[in-house]
Amino acid sequence: MKQRLKWAFFVLALVLLPFITDFALGKTWVRILDFALLYAMLALGLNIVVGFAGLLDLGYIAFFAVGAYLYALLASPHFGFHLPFWLLLPMGAFAAGIFGMLLGAPTLRLRGDYLAIVTLGFGEIIRIFLNNLDAPYNITGGPQGLDLIDPIKIGDFSLNHPLGHAVFNYYFLFLILAAAVAFVSIRLQHSRIGRAWVAIREDEIAAEAMGINTRNVKLLAFAMGASFGGLSGGLFAGFEGFVSPESFNLNESIMILCMVVLGGMGHVRGVIFGAILLSVLPEALRYVGPLEESLFGRVIVDAASLRMLLFGLALILVMLLRPAGLWPSGTRRRELAAHGETARHENTNVYDASR
Amino acid sequence: MEIFLQQLVNGVVLGSIYALVALGYTLVYGIMGLINFAHGDVVMLGAMVTLAVVHLLSGSGLPGPMVAAIGVLAAIPACMMTGFLIERIAYRPLRSAPRLAPLITAIGVSMLLQNLAMMVWGREYLSFPQLLPAATYPIGGASISFIQIIIIVSSSLMMAGLSYLVKKTRLGNAMRATSQNPEVSALLGVNVNSIISVTFIIGSALAAVAGMMVSAYYGIAHYDMGFILGLKAFTAAVLGGIGNIEGAMVGGLLLGVIESMGAGYLGTLTGGAMGSNYQDVFAFFVLIVVLIFRPSGLLGERIGERP
Amino acid sequence: MSTMQAAKLLELENIGKHFGGLAALSDVSLSVRQGDIYALIGPNGAGKTTLFNVITGIYRPDSGSFSLAGAPMAGKKPSEMARSGIARTFQNIRLFANMSALENVMVGRHCRTKSGVLGAIFNGARTKLEEKAIRERAASLLDYVGIGNHAHMLAKNLSYGDQRRLEIARALATEPRLLALDEPAAGMNHAETDSLKSLLERIREDGTTLLLIEHDMKLVMNLCDRLAVLNFGKLIAEGTPEEVSGNPLVVEAYLGVQ
Repeated sequence: MKQRLKWAFFVLALVLLPFITDFALGKTWVRILDFALLYAMLALGLNIVVGFAGLLDLGYIAFFAVGAYLYALLASPHFGFHLPFWLLLPMGAFAAGIFGMLLGAPTLRLRGDYLAIVTLGFGEIIRIFLNNLDAPYNITGGPQGLDLIDPIKIGDFSLNHPLGHAVFNYYFLFLILAAAVAFVSIRLQHSRIGRAWVAIREDEIAAEAMGINTRNVKLLAFAMGASFGGLSGGLFAGFEGFVSPESFNLNESIMILCMVVLGGMGHVRGVIFGAILLSVLPEALRYVGPLEESLFGRVIVDAASLRMLLFGLALILVMLLRPAGLWPSGTRRRELAAHGETARHENTNVYDASR
Repeated sequence: MEIFLQQLVNGVVLGSIYALVALGYTLVYGIMGLINFAHGDVVMLGAMVTLAVVHLLSGSGLPGPMVAAIGVLAAIPACMMTGFLIERIAYRPLRSAPRLAPLITAIGVSMLLQNLAMMVWGREYLSFPQLLPAATYPIGGASISFIQIIIIVSSSLMMAGLSYLVKKTRLGNAMRATSQNPEVSALLGVNVNSIISVTFIIGSALAAVAGMMVSAYYGIAHYDMGFILGLKAFTAAVLGGIGNIEGAMVGGLLLGVIESMGAGYLGTLTGGAMGSNYQDVFAFFVLIVVLIFRPSGLLGERIGERP
Repeated sequence: MSTMQAAKLLELENIGKHFGGLAALSDVSLSVRQGDIYALIGPNGAGKTTLFNVITGIYRPDSGSFSLAGAPMAGKKPSEMARSGIARTFQNIRLFANMSALENVMVGRHCRTKSGVLGAIFNGARTKLEEKAIRERAASLLDYVGIGNHAHMLAKNLSYGDQRRLEIARALATEPRLLALDEPAAGMNHAETDSLKSLLERIREDGTTLLLIEHDMKLVMNLCDRLAVLNFGKLIAEGTPEEVSGNPLVVEAYLGVQ
């Protein structure tokens, strides 16, 4: 009963949050909240890959791009299609999942490092294609991207209308979907499949010897993670009404990785926390520019590069000092903090595996 | 035919640079089994430091080639120091941690170097002055420029030197022993920590030279030039067989030629649909194809089979 | 059991495996009868572990073939071996160190259960039932090997002997017909070895055939029905413990006389 009451308060707080934020800080900050929820979905997807299965994906934003462009192409004047969002979101998730499988298939039987570098390359390649597929046929709109994308409509009700409240409408849609994604993550974590993922992360050879088809199970993790990315991409396109290759660069992939690592790999609540933290904190950096100007008379370090610098630093410091993240799950904390005898044992395992 | 020959020359030049950078990946991978994601950014640093020194000496009246030489001589120790520090700070404490940990710090270091460089040198493309004679010499129906000759000759010399170092010297023996089995090597009195440091330092020195070459060749330097270059050099290392020194050289040259030919002929082959703006995509497809069909690379040992 | 003329479970024919120029195994043929405890012995580097890795699918043999209960097996992947009924333990224990003992055994049930992603998400009646069965089976296997009271400890915090037992329980969870144990008694004291011996005998009585690599000769001679001796990758003797211990080739191999 007490538990139920706690939940009721929690939900109430989430419902009131945008209105309080609007009252205190204005609509810009409600928009930031919307993005925080979007990033939470993305981070939860990457968490399946990195946190559960222990596979480093450095081009995760590419799946976000697949979802976003699919939505943009099929719900805008560009080709004249105007498909409804309830069709486009699953399509985006599915398409991203397929891309994930195509990418994962050749690399997942090899060591994790290869996956990291291939995904890194893939993220870049997707961007190159998006940038260049405006000639000879204009498919992606090139560097200018695509605009006039249909807003998400539920029945006849467009979430963009009435205009001033769009950020609230999207807040609730994103909140519901983020909750669903978190729910799915938790259910997966405590299932037969989730156990297999963790087993692979712990000792791939032993997992294989226990009858787990490691390649398929890893592929599944990869595709699941990618499909969350595709879903979020569709939402992003509908929300922004505009997509361009600029939004899908390496820095974005790194930022999402940072959310997962900072929050605590493999821990759903930690990852959500990481996503919200890193979506909100950098907004404070927008005050850095004016501050520098008043102090030094000019902008020495712009906010964007300072942000990436801090992300890089955060990745290093967290791995060195608090490898299980700011809010780790029990298991992950034990594992990543491993030292002494255990670490040596794990190391020999890794060493064997590389032979 | 002339186009072919010209693209071959260009490919060999490009490939020599890739090979130098690929050696850095392969040396570290061979010894630690780690992809040093920050290696490409060390190359960038080499270019940037060289450029900074060149700017410093611009009014000195020294001859161009000498300015370039001083620049690269300054860049080499700077990169060596950076490589050394990267390993000490970001990788060494995590040597007994799960695999994922050093990969993540490696990405962090790469981000850090890029954005530090952006703060120091700005986000604009910097132009690298013409320091070497612009002379070109005809070979067959194609031509080769002075700087292209310099690149080919000096990278060949460095690779020969490295081969000698690894194959014939005491240090090289210790390096090879460590890559075979660090624990046994330690028992046999090899100081594994200093071997790893030396490996990073050597790789970074090669990176410094490669950085100078690439920016002098294209006349441009940029804070994130290391990213794509690193990705390609890594592909070259995998193509040749990662962990294998000759492999890195062969892979580098091959990738350079493939890319150059691709860029030269892609437009014609696709009827103009795809031009040289897709040049960067080649390396990636080569990487995927190698990983599917021969993950151990051309000269590598078989790594597909476990324990 | 050993006196009965039982059917052959595992049959190896002319298995060969090379690493570079080195022949790790050449022309090894042997057969293990249903219900036997069968040991592989030989000096270090004789090819025992290589043969094990062939049987459990980690290596693909370069030549020869082998079958389990008549079904051809050579070239299958480790996960397929496990599904076909060959489970194994490792010489250097390879547990899922940061999962609990119970979870380790639950992972072993993976290949005998079905529920997938959709099942996990909707968690319907069938999934719940399966999950419950997995948990119960795992718990009873922990009891079976004698570490039921440590079910919720992390695998890496178990004592060495208990870790070996956990590995056996995890392997048994895959319902093997052949359980392959790589030096199960390594590092154990007398008391531990004795209780391991009775556990292995019990597993055999409950219908699982055992194949083991072991250096503890006393254990091998007391426990096994038959054994094979490898030296330099070749099978030099095969038979009951009495037959083998009288074989001059075996004495030579162990004493190093040429």
